[in-house]
Amino acid sequence: MKKIILGAVIACLPFTSSIYAQSQPQDGGTINVVVQPEPPSLMIGMYSNATTQQVGGNIFEGLMRYDKDLNPHPLLATAWENSEDGKTWTFHLKEGVLWHDGQPFTSADVVFSIDKLLRETNARLRGSLAFVDSITAPDDYTVVFQLKQPFGPFIRLFEVGTTPMLPKHIYEGTDYKLNPANHHPIGTGPFVFKEWKKGSFIHLAKNENYHVKGLPHIDELYWHVIPDAASRSVAFETGKIDVLPGGSVENFDVPRLTELDNTCVTTDGWEFFSPHAWLWLNNRQGPTADKRFRQAVMYAMDREFAKSVLWNDYGKIAKGPIGSKTTFFDKALPDYEYNPEKAKALLKEMSYDGTPVRLMAMPYGETWQRWTEVIKQNLEEVGIKTQIVSTDVAGWNQKIADWDYDISFTYLYQYGDPALGVSRTYLSSNIAKGSPWNNAEGYVNKQVDEWFNEAAVAFPDSKRADLYSKIQHQIVEDVPVAWLMELEFPTIYNCKVQNLVDSAIGVNDAFGTAWIKQ
Amino acid sequence: MNVIKSLTQNKVAMVGFGILFMFVVIALFGPYLYDGSPWRMVQRPFLPPFQNSNYILGTDTLGRDVLAGLIYGARISLLVGLVSTTIALLIGIPLGAYAGYYGGWVDELLMRFTEIFQTVPSFALAVVLVAIFEPSVYSITGAIAIVSWPPVARLVRGEFLSLRGQEYVLAAKLNGQSNRNIIMREILPNSLSPIIVLASLMVASAILLESSLSFLGLGDPEIMSWGYMIGAAKTVIRQAWWLSFIPGVAIAITVLSLNLLGEGLNEALNPKLSGNRES
Repeated sequence: MKKIILGAVIACLPFTSSIYAQSQPQDGGTINVVVQPEPPSLMIGMYSNATTQQVGGNIFEGLMRYDKDLNPHPLLATAWENSEDGKTWTFHLKEGVLWHDGQPFTSADVVFSIDKLLRETNARLRGSLAFVDSITAPDDYTVVFQLKQPFGPFIRLFEVGTTPMLPKHIYEGTDYKLNPANHHPIGTGPFVFKEWKKGSFIHLAKNENYHVKGLPHIDELYWHVIPDAASRSVAFETGKIDVLPGGSVENFDVPRLTELDNTCVTTDGWEFFSPHAWLWLNNRQGPTADKRFRQAVMYAMDREFAKSVLWNDYGKIAKGPIGSKTTFFDKALPDYEYNPEKAKALLKEMSYDGTPVRLMAMPYGETWQRWTEVIKQNLEEVGIKTQIVSTDVAGWNQKIADWDYDISFTYLYQYGDPALGVSRTYLSSNIAKGSPWNNAEGYVNKQVDEWFNEAAVAFPDSKRADLYSKIQHQIVEDVPVAWLMELEFPTIYNCKVQNLVDSAIGVNDAFGTAWIKQ
Repeated sequence: MNVIKSLTQNKVAMVGFGILFMFVVIALFGPYLYDGSPWRMVQRPFLPPFQNSNYILGTDTLGRDVLAGLIYGARISLLVGLVSTTIALLIGIPLGAYAGYYGGWVDELLMRFTEIFQTVPSFALAVVLVAIFEPSVYSITGAIAIVSWPPVARLVRGEFLSLRGQEYVLAAKLNGQSNRNIIMREILPNSLSPIIVLASLMVASAILLESSLSFLGLGDPEIMSWGYMIGAAKTVIRQAWWLSFIPGVAIAITVLSLNLLGEGLNEALNPKLSGNRES
């Protein structure tokens, strides 16, 4: 059986090559980071909160890391091969890796983490594991995944937030949720857990026995809990904080902070998530049930204005359902440019009778509130009567889940592959009352369903790309939801911190390779 | 006519009246003279005041005309102030009148009921009410009325308690007049002056309440109001202080003018005070 060697080739190129190109990294120092909001736990395999991932990603590790183009690079796995039929994946693990408590990391930990623990605790991974027939460990440093059918997104499942490696010797045979190690996490990562003073800070320290020679450069890592947005900005201004992860300060503060001396800013490090914002349009009832009305909404919105005024020009206008930074984005998609005349013509063609539509604001703070007002104004200017409905977070979840809305906002992560983060919004099999994260708009297109299902398991990738192209053109024509923007959350940091973001998940696994210029 | 005369002689009260009159005129006719929705994004955002003659007061965070916002905001502020005060009077006067006139268990019952509302901090209660009934101009007006009637009831009760033993009331009773008639025709007209003074101050506090609710994001999302303008601008106060300052001044002036007018009314209607002034 001829094997395609992927990992071994890439393994020759050191992942951290970029830092050697700059200047010689220096060891030592402390980095202070904001963590907002305070995570409920650092146990990354059981809590998928964004901030659990941010802190936990430095304690735990996945088998691979992903660069900004979402290519996998070796971490705990040094090499991997896929069989020619695409159904057998073999992973070779790094030898000599130690858990923070000194026990060796072996293939038994991998099998346990994925097959037992995460299968039970991580719903998103469980969906993907449905394609996996068996996970076996022929020896201490080899793991074999036998798939039922080729599954394209498989190679993008091994990021630390999705599939962290957890210690078998600590968790086996215990109640995972109640295990005391959840409060004192033990991973293989560059930092070991020291102390968590609730409401104040989380302290991590350098892992002296880290398996990558010479890393990490930093001695101490403090994650500060500062609940008030204005105080977070001030803490950065006064130098108490070195790093503000994306989204931890309000948008309107960003220009002021980035203009400070010795302040660097990057929008990298969100490629894996590529948060995609859109307007839910209720496809079932009212004017939004008419395709021409939904297209009119697309033409009516001045998205460039919203981008420059509300997002300080961070982000990108979304062209369709798939983010432009993820794989399978089709560059040839038609544009819905800002064109009120076209919107009016479409409304006339469908003889829209002026039935008012409810526009439900998303209670996620200032920016979203203003965005609601902008959209309302855009819609009214082409003659769509719009009433803003305001609500709290619980009410918003509830109303979307109960399909009790005409138009509303949301943004969701794409997780690097359309089969992981995109199809869930458009598959008609994913219509179910009670969740605000599925096909809540009620879009039904059997052809698109078929293509999506085919694309998830098509092999090789070129076949998938063809299918996703067809899907994108069809969906962009149907406008089941009105795409707004691919959001970008700038990470703001003190320029003395070097090589901060060098993976597709940004600060979530950043500090193992970062260093401080003395 | 004595009242009007003494009021017109009170310069401070006339200043208050003048400013208030101006706001009423703006609220009534401004939107017709100054067309264009206050929500329209007309210019670049953060245009400072006095830079562009078309938009004298500049534009807000989304490029909306601040002057248009002020004009439309005057309308909602005064409307909510007047309507909610009227409702509060309609609840408070009858309750206080019955309690004061009949006394005994009626008084006990009505006053205990009033105290239920008095013990809850009024702003907190208004926030809860608006949140429960979803923010709209109706729920806001209603909530403000509900939290502001208890002082009216207590005041009217006090007046009735002191007036019900007066000779003319006893005479009316002997005359065989119905209780209702005595309340409406005899006592109420004689206790009107403190109610009028209180009402003018209530309009002021209702405007403040409405602004505070809008500031907290509990305003009617369809309607531009001063409180909303400040609330929306508070986050950019370091970049564009004038966006909070201008509507803030509008609120301050309106509330101040109502207070001045109320003070003047108090002096004019209260014989003792107006006597003092003349002597």
